[in-house]
Amino acid sequence: MAEPLLKVDHISQRFGGLLAVDSASFDVGAGSITALIGPNGAGKTTLFAIISGFQRPVEGRVRFDGQDITGRAPHELARLGLARTFQIVQPFAGLTVRENIAVGAYLRHRERARALDAAEDIAQRLALGKYVDQSAGALTVGARKRLELARALATSPRLLLLDEVMAGLNPSEVRDLLPAIQELRTQGTTILLIEHVMQAVMNLSDQVYVLAEGKIIASGTPESVVENEQVIEAYLGEGAAAHYGKGGRPP
Amino acid sequence: MKSTIAACAVLASIPLFGASNVTLNFLVVALVVALVGQGWNILGGYGGQYSFGHAAFFGSGAYVTAVLQVKYGLNAWFAIAVGIAAGALVGAIIGFLAFRSGLRGSYFALVTLAFAEVLRIVASVTPITGAGVGTLIKLDMRPEAFQFQSRAVFYWIILFLVFVSLLIAGRLEQTRFGAWLVAIRENEDSARALGVDVFAIKLRAMILSSAMTAAAGCFYAQYFLFVDSSIAFGSWISVEALLAPIVGGSGTVFGPLAGALIVRLLGEAAKLVAGDAPGIDLAIYGAVLVGVIAFAPRGIVGLMAALSARLRANIVSAADGSGKHG
Repeated sequence: MAEPLLKVDHISQRFGGLLAVDSASFDVGAGSITALIGPNGAGKTTLFAIISGFQRPVEGRVRFDGQDITGRAPHELARLGLARTFQIVQPFAGLTVRENIAVGAYLRHRERARALDAAEDIAQRLALGKYVDQSAGALTVGARKRLELARALATSPRLLLLDEVMAGLNPSEVRDLLPAIQELRTQGTTILLIEHVMQAVMNLSDQVYVLAEGKIIASGTPESVVENEQVIEAYLGEGAAAHYGKGGRPP
Repeated sequence: MKSTIAACAVLASIPLFGASNVTLNFLVVALVVALVGQGWNILGGYGGQYSFGHAAFFGSGAYVTAVLQVKYGLNAWFAIAVGIAAGALVGAIIGFLAFRSGLRGSYFALVTLAFAEVLRIVASVTPITGAGVGTLIKLDMRPEAFQFQSRAVFYWIILFLVFVSLLIAGRLEQTRFGAWLVAIRENEDSARALGVDVFAIKLRAMILSSAMTAAAGCFYAQYFLFVDSSIAFGSWISVEALLAPIVGGSGTVFGPLAGALIVRLLGEAAKLVAGDAPGIDLAIYGAVLVGVIAFAPRGIVGLMAALSARLRANIVSAADGSGKHG
């Protein structure tokens, strides 16, 4: 393997006096599921916005499949095969589920009939089949999250950025979604996810990066990362690791 | 497609039943508004970009048509073609500037309004447009000069233009361009993330919209043979451009046509009742707009669809009920 599919190289982002991302670097290998975790406000979503072209970083480069994509427009990146979901779902509320997914499918299928067929297929795969003719605005939170995923998937991405697709789902919905995401990887889509639901992170990811206050503070397998003292302190506060004992559980 | 042909065939037969000149005149103006409204509908109804300044395109078409004939002696048909192109060009320029700077919502509305006002003021002072006096197209009752003895011919021509605009809107709903345009209306960021080149799609919609509206302006100039700045670039046409589709049902194929007929009919009825009290039609328009937004946010077309769905459900349940009770 020459170069990873996605290479984030010393990215920094500043909003006025706030350094939201501070020289963050990480790689996402082709065919992997990589998780980006960290406390609230660590800069995860900002990093996603930069990778997907919605923001331009003040410093650093992003490379995708060997090309420099820093600052390229989101629609060009989608064409190259880089799709994202939004943490706060943004359905096209006035359209049906099928039409929602078809907007993504049109990127690869110019013909309306073929785009609608592709949309229908993806809806079936993500258990949205019975909702295809419903208005997206009328869906439950769980179904909206799946719709968000379905639309991104319809663009046939090689790299899929998932921003908290599990948030707001109940445990049984999380259980249902996990195999769907595994399945995507099996079919060859590389996945980078931001997630707070640790069950999902532990279950899915090959590699975890921990972002705190804009910096990558740890990386490794999910098991090694949750034992890491710096990570425990980033989440629970300074001294927490010593207090609870390394790798121990809170009393 | 079928309903477009059927609706236009019905409208086309009206002069055959000996409609009076007053009726035809009313219908011609209503169809001009329908065409302007369809132009607005492409950009505002399908694309969600609300323009308050469609007068800019209407007026560009009207003035170019008039001035090319009067000052440069060009053929009317040719002048009309150039007028449509000029309207599209004005649309492209305004669209490029507004969309490139990312103006949306009320900011976009205000910028379009400002452009239309600037054009109105410029047209009211520059010599080439006839300044405050306006431009009078010479009477020349020949088809080669796009002037016809019979109002019915004018009526059929504007009806044909409306027919084409209906086909374009209908086609829009079947294409990727249309689907992406609607996606932009619903959520711009989502559309962008799904690979939609938001700027390019908006600009194309703007050019299509302004060309359609300019065509109405060209026709208007030829029909009345007179243009001045408050007719061509006045806010009345910007208001009617958005009123017709919103009342009729914005983002639908037939919304602008239905809305134009209703709004114009109400305007005329108000004049009959209230005499020529100034502004009475505007007051009526305001009341209608408030009513539509409050009770039928998807316009007349949306209301009809909802009613027919309910009626069908009632018939089905009535049939079920009678079955049960014997």
